[in-house]
Amino acid sequence: MTTVQELPQIRGVKNIPLVEGFTSGHRTCQGCESALVMRLMIKAAGPRTIVLGSTGCMYVANTTYYSTPWVVPWMHTQLGSSGSAATGTAAGLASMMRKGKMKEEPINVIAFCGDGGGVDMGLSAISAALQHDEYNLLILCYDNESYANTDIQVSGASPWGANSTFSPPGKEHRIMNKRWKKNMAPMLATGHPDCRYVATACGSYGLDFNNKIRRALTIGGPTFIHSIDPCPKGWDYDPKFSHELGMLAIETGLWVQYEIIDGELILNGPSRAIARGIRKRKPIEDYLLRQGRFAHLTPEDIKYFQERVDESWEEWWLPGVIPLKKNEEED
Amino acid sequence: MTTTAQPALFQSGTEELISGSEAIAIACALADVDVITAYPIRPYDTVMQYVAKLKADGAFDCDFIVAESEHSQFEIVKHASAVGARTFCGSSGVGWFYAFEAITVTAGLRMPVVAMVGNRALDDPGAFGVEHNDAMAVRDLGWMLYWVATAQEALDAALLAYRVAEDPSVFLPMALSCDGSFLTHSQAIVNVPAAQQVQQYLPPYDRGRLQLHPDNPITVAPQVNEDWLMEIRRQADEAMRRSVGVIKEAYAELNEVFPSSSFQDQPSPFIEEYETEDADIVIVGMGTLALPVRVAIRRLREQGRKIGFLRVKFFRPFATEEIREALSRCKAVCVVDRDYSFGSPSYGGVLFNDLRSALYPLESRPHILNFIAGLGGREVHVNDVNEMVDITQKAVDTGKIDQETTWIGVRE
Repeated sequence: MTTVQELPQIRGVKNIPLVEGFTSGHRTCQGCESALVMRLMIKAAGPRTIVLGSTGCMYVANTTYYSTPWVVPWMHTQLGSSGSAATGTAAGLASMMRKGKMKEEPINVIAFCGDGGGVDMGLSAISAALQHDEYNLLILCYDNESYANTDIQVSGASPWGANSTFSPPGKEHRIMNKRWKKNMAPMLATGHPDCRYVATACGSYGLDFNNKIRRALTIGGPTFIHSIDPCPKGWDYDPKFSHELGMLAIETGLWVQYEIIDGELILNGPSRAIARGIRKRKPIEDYLLRQGRFAHLTPEDIKYFQERVDESWEEWWLPGVIPLKKNEEED
Repeated sequence: MTTTAQPALFQSGTEELISGSEAIAIACALADVDVITAYPIRPYDTVMQYVAKLKADGAFDCDFIVAESEHSQFEIVKHASAVGARTFCGSSGVGWFYAFEAITVTAGLRMPVVAMVGNRALDDPGAFGVEHNDAMAVRDLGWMLYWVATAQEALDAALLAYRVAEDPSVFLPMALSCDGSFLTHSQAIVNVPAAQQVQQYLPPYDRGRLQLHPDNPITVAPQVNEDWLMEIRRQADEAMRRSVGVIKEAYAELNEVFPSSSFQDQPSPFIEEYETEDADIVIVGMGTLALPVRVAIRRLREQGRKIGFLRVKFFRPFATEEIREALSRCKAVCVVDRDYSFGSPSYGGVLFNDLRSALYPLESRPHILNFIAGLGGREVHVNDVNEMVDITQKAVDTGKIDQETTWIGVRE
């Protein structure tokens, strides 16, 4: 295994590096949290980094020929290929360095994918990448909860009931998306015991985000971060509320912030306070009613949504994280 | 307890009794390939089994990655190639099709990936045997396509492939098509070149200013849309045109460096001619079909019939001029397709339609007949060749073609 870079944890916002790796030259929407996620990601990783971007908003809106926001080397990869892109890049570097065909140095390899590319199409390749512990790489899934690049179509990561162009509420069927959001990070963590780092993150908590990127890049082997990215276009809200919605997703207990380091679960920020009973979860309607994609939900729908969130905190074995329930008779 | 030293898996600079798949695996080791990706599907996977064995025994230092699908297999090598690593992968039949998205972007990105196609019939229904439709499917995408006939040629063509694909004026991927079973699994004596000969022949892969590396922070493959895509397509077209000269040069040098190459008696890298000089009828085909056709021709020649054979080696780039030149002298051409193209002109095969298109501008065109034969791995026997020749002869004698496409050996 090639060595990793020295990227110490950042103590306090004032110590976040000033250097930018993702600058002007992109065309993302106003209030785009995924663009912020890109910026935070490369800030934490630094210049000796190769970034692979699978098809999605962060490809099409960011990189249009003759302009690029990327100061670091960047390459497009196919929609379902973030795992393969990271593996191939890391393997190419490792092989050539081992054989003396390239100067030996730790180079960060980060592949990003949206929820469509990661949670849906790229799941198998991400899973495979997480099995190769000889390669240092990070796969970052920026989840805006729809295929936002192609016109906001429902994905396996879209929330129950959300309005999208493939799940529009109609006269006969009010709820077209009846799928509950895939529980991506725990699925990967529990399914890949040799993967040393899996985390969830949110751009609303910038310092935490930076440090998670750094931990993922320095722990060694393949790692995965799942980030929740409010999307003004897809979620239908005023762009100025992006940060607030990210925080609300966490404060209502719908999105849970944590790291799984060598199999050990560490809840972060508000999620930790909720789990410890220090802080009460905000009602889910505080989150849902702020977004046009849920405008068609009835009070019963919102009640159902709340019950599902309650269940995840009150009945799951690992509250908010692992959707298994204890068999009380066995205990 | 005693341990017995394992004999080396292969000796460079010697003769080995090996299959076409093993020959390509040895070529990869000699070429010091950096990243190889595998996924099982018959019959190509024999090459990967041998690569795995070479690596396990320390005879080949490469990153050997067993992918979780063919799509990932091809994506991984594509990205390894982008950072400057020499790569190899391959597939067969529907596996090749599973990778199709990755296969097309590999050419679009101009990555010099070398891949082996163990030609296999496409599902459904399942069949292990050879058909050429799998590899043929990439013919329009910017892959150079080579059809191999013997195990020796498999090794030679693999070395040629790296030399041509990695030439900066080309930078296109190349597929080595090997007939399933007949080539992938059949052993023959192969002259393995010495490692230093290969080093002499094959310069290191240098991605140059296109290398993805922090020292060269480029953005690769941004969205171009209607502004630039046409120019980029044109660049690929020009690269394919340039490959012709590069192939000629690399081929000539290969014959200089490797005195035992299978190409020594074949002046053209693109086609192989057998008894075509005075032939009235020339059979055209690809791959291991060459064997029964040559036998049939020898027997027919004994009867005084002037029959020749033209084997197409490079299907892409297609050697239009050479093929025109070779076929302008004969009275009729008998194209044998181990593939199909349902609903195509004359309901013919892919080779037939490309070939007929290439001959169209000739002032005096020979009759061109098409035969679909040997699908799904069915053997093409000497008698089948005789039947095709007889049907073609009838067109020569009567001056007219009754049926442009004939399926050979089909039970009605």
